[in-house]
Order: sequence, then structure tokens, then C-alpha cells
Amino acid sequence: MTSTASKAPKPPRTTKASRSDSTALYDFPGPRTERRHRWYGVLATAAVAALFGWLLYLLFATDQFTATKWTPFEYQGIQDLLLRGLGNTLKAFAYAAVFSLALGAVLACGRLSEHPPLRWLATALVEFFRAMPVLVMIFFIFVALKVHALPALVAGLTLYNGSVLAEVFRTGVNSVERGQREAAYALGMRKTQVMTYVLVPQAVRAMLPTIISQLVVALKDTSLGYLITYEEFLHAGKLIASNLDYDLPFIPVVMVISPIYIGMCMLLSWFAHWLAGRQRRNPRTEAVGIAPASPGTLLPGGQ
Amino acid sequence: MDVLTNNLSLYGKGFLGTVELTVYASLLALALGFVMASFRVAPVRALRALGTVWVTVLRNTPLTLLFFAVVLGLPRFGLVLPFQLFAILALGCYTSAFICEVLRSGINTVPKGQGEAARSLGMTFGQTLGGVVLPQAFRSVIPPIGSTLIALAKNSAIAGAFSVTELLGTYKSLSEMGYSIIWTFVWIAVGYLIITLSISALFHFMEKRWGVAR
Repeated sequence: MTSTASKAPKPPRTTKASRSDSTALYDFPGPRTERRHRWYGVLATAAVAALFGWLLYLLFATDQFTATKWTPFEYQGIQDLLLRGLGNTLKAFAYAAVFSLALGAVLACGRLSEHPPLRWLATALVEFFRAMPVLVMIFFIFVALKVHALPALVAGLTLYNGSVLAEVFRTGVNSVERGQREAAYALGMRKTQVMTYVLVPQAVRAMLPTIISQLVVALKDTSLGYLITYEEFLHAGKLIASNLDYDLPFIPVVMVISPIYIGMCMLLSWFAHWLAGRQRRNPRTEAVGIAPASPGTLLPGGQ
Repeated sequence: MDVLTNNLSLYGKGFLGTVELTVYASLLALALGFVMASFRVAPVRALRALGTVWVTVLRNTPLTLLFFAVVLGLPRFGLVLPFQLFAILALGCYTSAFICEVLRSGINTVPKGQGEAARSLGMTFGQTLGGVVLPQAFRSVIPPIGSTLIALAKNSAIAGAFSVTELLGTYKSLSEMGYSIIWTFVWIAVGYLIITLSISALFHFMEKRWGVAR
């Protein structure tokens, strides 16, 4: 122990990392442990590099980098097809985001209502739509109600994400410190005023990271449109990938599409994380604990 | 009603397909998630980085894209497996990222003093982990693991679109036989409700039994 104390300033890299997300698991590493860890690190890096090399070898061995498979991306028409797909994905996301926020607000109002029948109805709706796979709703709307692909996709996403967001709003309002509500009532405010002026602003600010994370879920789920032949990004990719003229460029298509898709979702996730960090330092959210930036997950039928 | 009674075997096959998919993918996700969580809290930087990349990438991947890449892409490398195995692989890997995060935050909720106290008593790493840290972490991760597994059960519906026998896929053959679409979907919905609500009930029971008293 004494040796670590005297050597404490020497290994700054590992110290910083293990200090910042330190767990109950390990002690501060001594010099011998540190050497051992470095060995583990070298081994792990080698293993990962080997895996990558093998993957690269597989890609070359199955001729994924031949010119014929990559030429399609040079054509204007195919670039347009991809961009149109991306546009359709973003359009579905925008509609779904706006509508599910609205539906979430309405359902949350219902769940927080003082009238039992309204509360029961909202609870039943929320619990049902949260327990049902999104895809079942989308298929039901698409097949049974015979609407077009875009409205079916948007409606399915809205119903699911709206009810999850309703739960998020409700937990947010309920987690505002009790004193805030009591003080507002003591000032003679009515329930609507207490909600709109006191509780909801604080709750929304505190739940903003969670809300945005839930929107990431909505963005990811727009890819379900592919399954009901909505002409979104993945669908465009599939069209290119099944083209015989270019020797079925499936892997190239995946290599082009997935970074864009994953990048969009990551950007939104990082925004949520950044916001969570910022809100934690914000004095306006003192009366509510900031939720970590994770999509709304609660056991159905719980709490 | 006769949609169900006339096609009990078809529904049963689909229901069992979904249950199988859920169970196997859950096991894979829990195992892989545990491994990745241990990477993420490891004192070795390379392993931490690997875990972080795994979680960040998979959490931000649309599941449909993952299915698309796994089911249609892996055969291009000469890896031909039954569709169900592909589906389990995709679902399990996807969910493992969420399980990993749940487990990691569970481990992080254990106060540092607990581990320090255990080590001061002379416990080895294995004893600290198995006797002090993990039992406490386990208590706090029960509800989030439950909701992750429920999400997995719901996500398994996507597999039906990639030629795996499961509950949602039964609607196609039924509507071809001319049954009422609405009733077909009602029974499919009931099937999913049974699965998700029983997972929920199981985890509520576990939470009551072992959960943290709050």
C-alpha cells in the first residue's frame, strides 16, 4: 500500500480512468498488478486485432471489394434513391416524434387525472400498448385497416412511444419534490395551475434526457417500415443489394448504410447524454433527480 | 373465436416459436451481457474499450438493420445456419448491449466502501465479487433486467419477417385461408400479452422475494 502511495503520481493514465468510474471491485493497482494489467491489455488488443484481420480476410476472400460491387454508388440515380430513402426515414421519424410527444402528454394527463374512469382508461391504454410489440400494431394497422405504409408506420410508432413517454412524463411529475406541490397548493393555485406552472416545467426539464433517448428508440424503429415495404433507407439498400448487374452488392450496401443509420442514432443518444450532464448542473432541476439518459423502461404493471 | 379453435396447431406452433426464440435469445443475451459488463468494469483499458464499443454500437443499431445484416449477410461469407439460429444470434447480441448496461449500473450502485471493507477483511477478489458485490448488485438489477427481457420478447416479432416461425408470422397463412384479419390479430395480441405479462409477473415475484426494500 505504501508503495502505491509513493508512486501515486506516476501512472496517470490508469489512475484517472479507474478513479472516474471506480467500482467496489478493485483496489488501486500496485506496480506488479499494473504490469499484469498491461499484459492483459496487450493480449486483448492482439485478440481484437486478430478478429478484425480475420474479418478483413473474409471480406477479401469472398470478393466484397471488387469494382463491380462498388460501382453502383457512383451513379446519380442510385445516390438519389439512397437519399430519398434517408429522407423518408427522417420524415417518418419526425411525424412519429411529434405525434408520440402529443399522445404521451394526453395519456399522462389521463393517468394523473383526478377522475377515476379517465385514469383507468389511460392506464389500460398505456399498459396495453406497452405490452404489445410495435410490429404487431404496425402490421395490424397496415393489413387490417388497409392504410398506406407511412401512416401505418407512424401510427404504430406513435401508439407505442406515446404510451412509453406517458409513463416517463408521469414518473417525472411524481418525482418532483413533494414540497413544491404543497407550496403551490398552499398559495391557492388550482390543480391545473400547479401542474402547468410548477410541476410540469421541472419534470420535463429533468426527464429531457430520457425523452430524447426514447426518441432514439423511435428513430431506430422507423426501420420497421422496411417490413411493410415503406420506401425508407433500408428498403433503398435492399433494392440496390438485389441488383444482379452489380453482382449482388449486399455487403457493400450494408457497409454504406449501417454507419449512416448507427451514426444518426448515436448523434441523438450523445445529445441526450450531453443534456443529462448539463441538466445535472442546472439549479432549476434541483427539486427533481435527473433521470439517466436511457429509454423509458419500467416493468409493465409496476409502480 | 373459431379462428383460434380451427387453427390451434398453427397458433400453437407460432406461440412456441416465439417462446423458444425468447428463451434462447435471453440466455445468449444474459451470458454475453455478463461478459461485456465484466469487460466494462475491468481494470484493463483495452477490455473496457471493447465493451464500450460493443454497447455503443449495438444500442444504436436498429434491430431490423441487424437482422438484415445477419440473416442476409452472413450467408455471403459461407456461414449457412437455420434461420432460427440467425434470429437468436441477432436478438441475443442486440439485447446483450442493454443487459450489459443494466448489469454495469447495478455493480456501480454497490457503494465503494463495501468492496473496501471486504478487502480489509482479507477477502480475495473472488470472495469480494461472489460474496459481497454481486449479491447486492443482483438485487438492484431485477426490475431493469425484467423490462429488457420483455423488450426482447416483443422484438422477437421482427424475426417473423425473416422467415422464422413465430407468432406474428401466423397472420399471413391465416389471412390466405380467408379468416377475419381482425380476429386473427386479436389472438396474436393475446399470445404476446401472455408472454410479456408472464415475464413481468415472474420478475415482480423475484423482486418481491429478493429485491431491495425501498
